[in-house]
Amino acid sequence: MPIIVVEVMPKAEILDPQGKAVAGALVRLDKSEFSAVRIGKRFELTVEGPITDELLAEAREIANDLLANTVIEDVIYVGEARPADDAQGA
Amino acid sequence: MRVGVITFPGSLDDRDAQRAVKLGGGEPVALWHGDHDLKNVDAIVLPGGFSYGDYLRAGAIAAHSPIMSEVITAANAGMPVLGICNGFQILVESHLLPGGLVRNDHGDFVCRDQKLRVENVDTAWSNGFKEDEEIIIPLKNGEGGYIADQETLDRLEGEGQVVFRYLEVNPNGSANDIAGISNARGNVVGLMPHPEHATEPGFGPDTRAAMRSGTDGLTFFTSAISSLMANA
Repeated sequence: MPIIVVEVMPKAEILDPQGKAVAGALVRLDKSEFSAVRIGKRFELTVEGPITDELLAEAREIANDLLANTVIEDVIYVGEARPADDAQGA
Repeated sequence: MRVGVITFPGSLDDRDAQRAVKLGGGEPVALWHGDHDLKNVDAIVLPGGFSYGDYLRAGAIAAHSPIMSEVITAANAGMPVLGICNGFQILVESHLLPGGLVRNDHGDFVCRDQKLRVENVDTAWSNGFKEDEEIIIPLKNGEGGYIADQETLDRLEGEGQVVFRYLEVNPNGSANDIAGISNARGNVVGLMPHPEHATEPGFGPDTRAAMRSGTDGLTFFTSAISSLMANA
């Protein structure tokens, strides 16, 4: 069944303690070429039929009203799963 | 005066809040998140806890509970509403109060008796305090860092909507040491520390007088209840 992907990230100016902790772990693993890590969220919304403009508009609405708190987060993507999501898997 | 305390799935301090209402001279009324019924209460407390396990964001799912549509209508009509800890998170998620609450800057859960300064004594829940009174009530949270954009912070500071400010220690990285705020009208107040845990001698924070004798939190409840009775 088709899915609509919503991606949400903490706003740039907001401290992300989870990301900071992971960045600290990378330093301990001697991977300090990755100087910062920020952690966001990805939602996969399954829909019954084909993905229409109406469904995408609805998804955008719930992304801003519920899935993200736009005071502290930004919605950075609402749309169909991108090809890169599959192609760049492990 | 009937003071409703809403229980959400995952609320922890609803019974303590009910008891605090009783100790403050009010009649506690248990309200259920899934109802559309405020049971003719005169004021509402959103208690602490971990509604919906803090899934999505703390308070986010509870903010969309059935009863919250009634709470929002009542709050906008001037009913006193107090959000404690998770209740504060629910109030910001439902946009009754501005800003947001994020994970503590140090990343750890914090539990301590916290000193606060009362900076606005004109709200429904703080009118029994003296101007700039220093109080101690328990604080216990993992996501208590108050944040807002600079414009909102300037407005809160300028309009006196910062009601409680952390003293001595900023326990969670809150902007401007903000512990609690109110809406412009002063009927809706939210704070991270827990006044309901400092309402009964023997169960509150330590004071100079005696261990666990602190009851500074009781004034939150007597403030609302006595002003409601005066206006009745």
